[in-house]
Amino acid sequence: MIRLFWRDLALAFRSGGGFGLGLGFFLILVTLVPFGVGPNSERLMAIAPGILWVGALLACLLSLDRIFALDFEDGSLDLLATAPIPLEGVVAVKALAHWITTGLPLVLAAPALGFLLHLDSAAYRWLMVTLLIGTPALSFIGAFGAALTVGLKRGGLLMSLLVLPLYIPTLIFGAEVIRRGAGGFLVATPLAMQAGITAGSVALLPFAAAAAIRVALR
Amino acid sequence: MASIWEWANPRKFMAWTDRALPLLSVLSACIFIIGLVWGFFFTPDDYRQGATVKIFYLHVPSAMMAINIWGMMLVASLIWIVRRHHVSALAAKSAAAIGMTMTLIALITGAIWGKPMWGTYWEWDPRLTSFLILLLFYIGYMALWEAIENPDTAADLTSVLCLVGSVFALLSRYAVNFWNQGLHQGASLSLDAQENVADVYWYPALVAIAGFILLFVTLVLLRTRTEIRARRLHALEMRERVQGQ
Repeated sequence: MIRLFWRDLALAFRSGGGFGLGLGFFLILVTLVPFGVGPNSERLMAIAPGILWVGALLACLLSLDRIFALDFEDGSLDLLATAPIPLEGVVAVKALAHWITTGLPLVLAAPALGFLLHLDSAAYRWLMVTLLIGTPALSFIGAFGAALTVGLKRGGLLMSLLVLPLYIPTLIFGAEVIRRGAGGFLVATPLAMQAGITAGSVALLPFAAAAAIRVALR
Repeated sequence: MASIWEWANPRKFMAWTDRALPLLSVLSACIFIIGLVWGFFFTPDDYRQGATVKIFYLHVPSAMMAINIWGMMLVASLIWIVRRHHVSALAAKSAAAIGMTMTLIALITGAIWGKPMWGTYWEWDPRLTSFLILLLFYIGYMALWEAIENPDTAADLTSVLCLVGSVFALLSRYAVNFWNQGLHQGASLSLDAQENVADVYWYPALVAIAGFILLFVTLVLLRTRTEIRARRLHALEMRERVQGQ
């Protein structure tokens, strides 16, 4: 399983773009927003938490089909399914690798982009914390969505339709944490809720995703 | 009556529904009409809301059904996963479109009522938002059914989606509550009589709800029959193609 983890990481780094693509998309999205709503810094400050979270969501979505689709096409997924490690473990490892190549860079880059959007200075800490806690949920929920659509020819659009509604609770609590952090309010409740969603997704969704993959490989 | 599992046999399901459907159709049409006519024409106008209160007889039952149909799909999906009865999977598939329509009816009647009462068609209120999210879940579920060619694979994957989706739909409901304070009033109908609307509105509303439930049962049986027939037709076509070669 550890070897699978390094293999997935290496593939993401080498296959040109998998690693930086999400970040680039995040940057472009944040650059586009001021063009859309105008450069007024107060307005940008008000919408920055939401934009940063929605951007993280979309950047994550963009790279989801890489989790299983390539392995499904060249048959390695069949090998992994018959390998002596549980398929649930394979899913979890792949989702973790996806998080390290997509979620973690977003967490690290977010403060710089928050700076571009005039995010309130009190909110930077919470931006980092909530992204760090929330983005694993995005990867694991996304892995489930990718598993559902793995056998389909043009699954990309369908996958966004399936995955984005599942992202809603994470988004709500994440943006709420930043908003409260910026206003100097208590952030414990939404943060705890978000941590709960992440813990639940990490613990349970690999089983659902593995079930979906078994159906697709049947 | 025999065990409900007899329905798992498509032939018995078809035979039973063949006899029950005419009766059910007439019954649901009657109760539906009685409930709505009673509600629309034989109840007084509300002293503050005027005649707009009468949209209640469409809005509340359809909103209830929108949620309960998802629950029924969840049960049907579980039965499919555990016991692998095809009728169950097809019933879940048939229910989805009806559930989506009910969600739309609830949203649209709510918007029509909201304009004169709240002064806005749409507000990002927790209840309204959760219904919009529910609509998205229905659309995703139906899209997944449409996208997969093999019917058994489709049934499996949509069932898993229905299970996971239920958890996330509930989560969204509470997350949305947390996110914004509501404009929507609390429950108009509950078993706790203290919270209910006045009796004049309560009885026709009950009849309307019964009408909606019967309508749903009738439609879902009808659509499931259609699905079973489509499946048989497909099997016949395949057989002919094989024999023709």
